[in-house]
Amino acid sequence: MFQRPILHIALSSAIALSTLSALPAQAQTADTSAVVQQYATLVYANYHDVLSSAQTLQKAINTFTAAPSAQGLEDAKNAWLAAREVYGQTEAFRFYSGPIDSDTGPEGRLNAWPLDESYIDSVSGKPKSGIVNNPKVKITKGNLAKLNERGGEENIAAGWHAIEFLLWGQDQSDTGPGQRAFEDYVDGKTANADRRRAFLNTATQLLIDDLGTLVKAWQPDAKNYRAQFEKGGIASVRKMIVGMGSLSRGELAGERMEVAMNTQDKEDEHSCFSDNTHRDVVNNAQGIANVWLGQYKRLNGSVVQGASLKDLVAAKNATVAERVSRQMAQSVANAQAIQAPFDREIVGTQDAPGRLRVQKTIDSLVQQSKDLTEAAATLGITKLAQTK
Amino acid sequence: MKLRIRQKVGLVLTAAGAIAALAWPVWSHGNADLSNVVQGELTAGEATAFATGRNAFSMPLPTLDDAERARFAVGNSFFRRNWVEAPASTTARDGLGPHFIARSCGGCHVQDGRGAPPEVRKGQHEQPVALLMRLSIPGTGAHGGVVPDPVYGDQLNNAAIQGVQPEGQVQIRTQTLRGRFADGTPYTLQKPMYRLGQLAYGPLAPGVMISPRIAPQIAGVGLLEAISDQDILANAAAQAEAPGPIKGQVNHVWDDFAQTLRIGRLGWKANQASVASQTAGAFLGDIGITSPQHPDEACMPSQHDCHVAPKGSQGKAPEIDARTLSDVIFYQATLAPAARRNVADAAVQRGQALFAQTQCNSCHRPSYTTGAAPYATLSSPKVQGLKIWPYTDLLLHDMGPGLADGRADYAANGQQWKTPPLWGVGLIHDVNGHRRLLHDGRANGVLEAILWHGGEAQPAQEQVRRLSAQDRQALVAFVESL
Repeated sequence: MFQRPILHIALSSAIALSTLSALPAQAQTADTSAVVQQYATLVYANYHDVLSSAQTLQKAINTFTAAPSAQGLEDAKNAWLAAREVYGQTEAFRFYSGPIDSDTGPEGRLNAWPLDESYIDSVSGKPKSGIVNNPKVKITKGNLAKLNERGGEENIAAGWHAIEFLLWGQDQSDTGPGQRAFEDYVDGKTANADRRRAFLNTATQLLIDDLGTLVKAWQPDAKNYRAQFEKGGIASVRKMIVGMGSLSRGELAGERMEVAMNTQDKEDEHSCFSDNTHRDVVNNAQGIANVWLGQYKRLNGSVVQGASLKDLVAAKNATVAERVSRQMAQSVANAQAIQAPFDREIVGTQDAPGRLRVQKTIDSLVQQSKDLTEAAATLGITKLAQTK
Repeated sequence: MKLRIRQKVGLVLTAAGAIAALAWPVWSHGNADLSNVVQGELTAGEATAFATGRNAFSMPLPTLDDAERARFAVGNSFFRRNWVEAPASTTARDGLGPHFIARSCGGCHVQDGRGAPPEVRKGQHEQPVALLMRLSIPGTGAHGGVVPDPVYGDQLNNAAIQGVQPEGQVQIRTQTLRGRFADGTPYTLQKPMYRLGQLAYGPLAPGVMISPRIAPQIAGVGLLEAISDQDILANAAAQAEAPGPIKGQVNHVWDDFAQTLRIGRLGWKANQASVASQTAGAFLGDIGITSPQHPDEACMPSQHDCHVAPKGSQGKAPEIDARTLSDVIFYQATLAPAARRNVADAAVQRGQALFAQTQCNSCHRPSYTTGAAPYATLSSPKVQGLKIWPYTDLLLHDMGPGLADGRADYAANGQQWKTPPLWGVGLIHDVNGHRRLLHDGRANGVLEAILWHGGEAQPAQEQVRRLSAQDRQALVAFVESL
């Protein structure tokens, strides 16, 4: 979602270097560079997999919009769910103004959330609302990009969740996801079906374009962000940790779970149309662990593996490294225990079993963010603005 | 940036020990000896957030505990997320309007940041979002405040829910002003002029006064409200005694939470005394959300469609309850000011000296030590006892006819504006992608903002006009390091 996360670990690179200046500089250079390079390899592999899974999604969506059917819609939904498994892991690469969320980065176009459904299409009680039902707006990639986040952070016209809403529709069921009918895409059955098809196709193409720029930014042997990043040494390690810590604490524990626990409102779950939030949580937690372990399991089953942040920390303090590893495994396990649908899991009294499962995951992620701060300190990264 | 880093590394190689020794007091929490004289990187001691980029204004005080962090997250959500028209499936967030300007706090304070006026091209522009128009007629109203326009109230709402008419539209024209620095370098300024059109409920009252106000960034407001009354009064007393034109004045304004008059410190005319009062007021005025402090919608007597429009919470309770409102207030009060950047840069250090030399710091007072928050349950005890660097005296000053809105607001007259804090100014571009400054965003960048200074600040402004191009750049570099 937004570049908005209440970072709990973050700081300017100036301090990074200055702090380092007080350390014996050579001690860690060799390992650091291997760890940073392995991270770049992992990031590239993960984004590459997202792009190919999104291309599969695009095929399914194009097939569906060419001849709308119940089965076609089902296939498109399944392709969306599959792609989200891969994308969720990449969110650990955010929060340090890298390619995904720099000034010009596509994060707000890719994964903005929460969104105001009525900005996109008709909703219950408002049959004429949204861009789909406003023929004055020509549906082009340029226009959707321009309308995204215009006049409010929830005015979302692009990205995963816009596509999700167009596939599933509003979630008005307590037990399952949204129930949009495929007839919404059939001329003569529902108003502006042609514009809805165009919106879905166009938003998907925009998604592919944006993912393509991320792949380019991280591809090896090019004059790109990766080339700079690989030369960054300990400053790049800091970025890795800022990404992991911010996703752990501010975004995943805070924005996506503490808020939902507080309001008990189904509008407050991340993938609210598809009821896929429980998987978002697992994939985010897994993505953080991936970075820590320097390892990522690709779509084709192969494993990218190499020098890890964990090893780097272990060389300084094996106990701390072990604790971080344990806590991250715990977070993933706790997240996996959360049951679908998430919007029912958060409802009830303090001791409702679902709420306890979510709370355990929050607690583990908060602890993990603190442990990460300690791990950073072993590398001489001491001026993180941290929760005490 | 890159250059600066290289320089640092070079220095480290030649004199690592010396750098470390010099650097320590600046970074060390609690070692205030050096930082009393010249500000280092910290803007609020251990509560400084080390952040740049899009999230620079969105950081919590790093000193918050786990429970406070959770409350911060909840408040953040209600700050940012849209309120929707009633009736809606989401009862937690319904009740938008009937009239409104934005659908959420974050609609104007995007990323907790600062709004910009719409670009005017060939006389055409979009409706402003983060720039609101305050309205009043001559006279003194309740508690010494303004008398609202009898038909439109105390601000123009240019949006409305379905079935209700927006009150009107804002029309902006600009005039180009030209001038020269003492060294002959020409500059231009854009002076905006405002008209209200397409008025839905008939004409405005004769003699109505219009004051444009841009949405400022939020980070640090919880520390500004923790500056003691004594410090603000002392600023006024010191200026009264000192020779020269600078004579700041304290505003006293009604506070909805204290239910009494308090010293104003927030808002472009210091027309709000606390984050709490400001927030409850903005929920009603800007989003149309009723609260325990403001239980009735801001529909004026003749606005029939506004009165009959559906209300949120099924019309049974305030649209935002006391607890959620308190979380939104807490969120803002615990947003941390970001650390300074480029502190060691030679131009920045030169600019810092010029800032004092040209007497910018007479009004933009650099630092304070905070007292307690005004409402303990609506902030964190962590805001107290911090050495903060906001660069403001929180006083009203006559800024001359060029900037005047001609509209009084409590004790503030039509030429007075509150000295706005300068912390975070250099990060507005990171967060919001623009550099628009002053009460209506008319200045594009720090130098233009200085050139608009008149009235009490006229001599300081003229001093800046006499600076060399290099020194002007240094002064700007310093302000942008804040």
